[in-house]
Amino acid sequence: MRYIQEFRNHDTARDLARLIAAEVEPDRDYHLMEFCGGHTHAIFHYGVQDLLPANIRLVHGPGCPVCVLSIARLDLAIHLARRDGLILVSYGDMLRVPASGQRSLLDARAAGADVRMVYSAAQSLQIARDNPDHEVVFFAIGFETTTPATADILLRARSEGLRNFSVYCNHVLTPSAIQSILDAPDVRSLGQVRVDGFIGPSHVSTIIGAQPYEYFAEEYEKPVVIAGFEPLDVMQAIRMLIAQLNQGRAEVENQFTRGVTRHGNAKAQQRVAEVFELRPEFEWRGLGVVPYSGLRIKRELAFFDAESRFELSTRPVRENRACACPAILRGSKIPTDCSLFGTVCTPRNPIGSCMVSAEGACAAYYKYRTRRATN
Amino acid sequence: MCLAIPVVVTELLDEDQAMTCLGGVSTRISLAMVDQVAVGDYVIVHAGYALARLDVSEAEKTLALFAEMHEQLGPDSPWPRN
Repeated sequence: MRYIQEFRNHDTARDLARLIAAEVEPDRDYHLMEFCGGHTHAIFHYGVQDLLPANIRLVHGPGCPVCVLSIARLDLAIHLARRDGLILVSYGDMLRVPASGQRSLLDARAAGADVRMVYSAAQSLQIARDNPDHEVVFFAIGFETTTPATADILLRARSEGLRNFSVYCNHVLTPSAIQSILDAPDVRSLGQVRVDGFIGPSHVSTIIGAQPYEYFAEEYEKPVVIAGFEPLDVMQAIRMLIAQLNQGRAEVENQFTRGVTRHGNAKAQQRVAEVFELRPEFEWRGLGVVPYSGLRIKRELAFFDAESRFELSTRPVRENRACACPAILRGSKIPTDCSLFGTVCTPRNPIGSCMVSAEGACAAYYKYRTRRATN
Repeated sequence: MCLAIPVVVTELLDEDQAMTCLGGVSTRISLAMVDQVAVGDYVIVHAGYALARLDVSEAEKTLALFAEMHEQLGPDSPWPRN
């Protein structure tokens, strides 16, 4: 597997660890937020934290689309799935997330709903073609990595004239989430979360490019280093962040040059702009209502918008108050701070979304906690 | 969710589709979001769609940097203890 294994090389990891240990200033702390859940898992899976000096703290960010989807939005998906004759198509990650009353899409399926899991959004189109007598709704979630695929299937559905297909759109934007963290009271005034710099997303950035992060470097004086998802990528990015912080710089640097350019994938951006527009506001789990942080389907494609086709509107819901997911997503708590962690809430019986997703911080702590019980 | 992997394109098909290979496993993917991909190119694939072409020369540059770092450090430096 070329261009994968090389970036997991043991000796190079040791080299990078030695350099980082030599380059940190011993009398200061470095608090680095990895935005992506994919990075969180690479860090735990490969034991990256154990290779770092004790004064580098990694703060886990909200970059897990399954984790940040509000319960109210998930309730609507379950509501849709229960409609007679409707087929709800979803990425597998979503099926086990508990919504109101601890019910998940999987529970809805057990009760007779037709909920299907796909690997690629394109498969939902095939399901629609194969089932002309059924309404087929694609439950679209994800950051900028997944959005172009949804745009592609919507445009194809229109050109094919598929009458029974629609999309329930929950796509969200990475830069808005980063800004919301930087503006959050925990970070800004309460001092509960300290973030000195960001390990920036790799695959989101293949689409949006490095340029959107320049604002954070300039306005908030936080360095950002875009990093690949392999362990050596993460370690090299950490080394680059340490160098910036030591030199008092706050710039956007790109470690993942093999995939990311300054302007990103113009074709994908254009498809997304053809299909989607910004919502004035969107509710995130953990971050609350964030202005201009989510996408909706444009009016000219409203026929394919499940929200208007089925007249969906969200209802207020109550979160399980013992579940610390919201604070964990903001980086103000770590999973082991939660009273439910590892006892009531486990990957087998998850209470909160951070335990369900393969990218959630709680799932990472649970899976690898023998390696690192506390941070 | 945003996990994506580099795979090599083995065959171009109709309608922006391609066959790819990763570790001996063949998968059909969509090239709708990337232009001018040829057989033998590496693309970064997420949920069935190529997001970008993997820039092989940049990948080699990063690896060369790692190799250079290793040369400079030498094999006998002590392993750091936290």
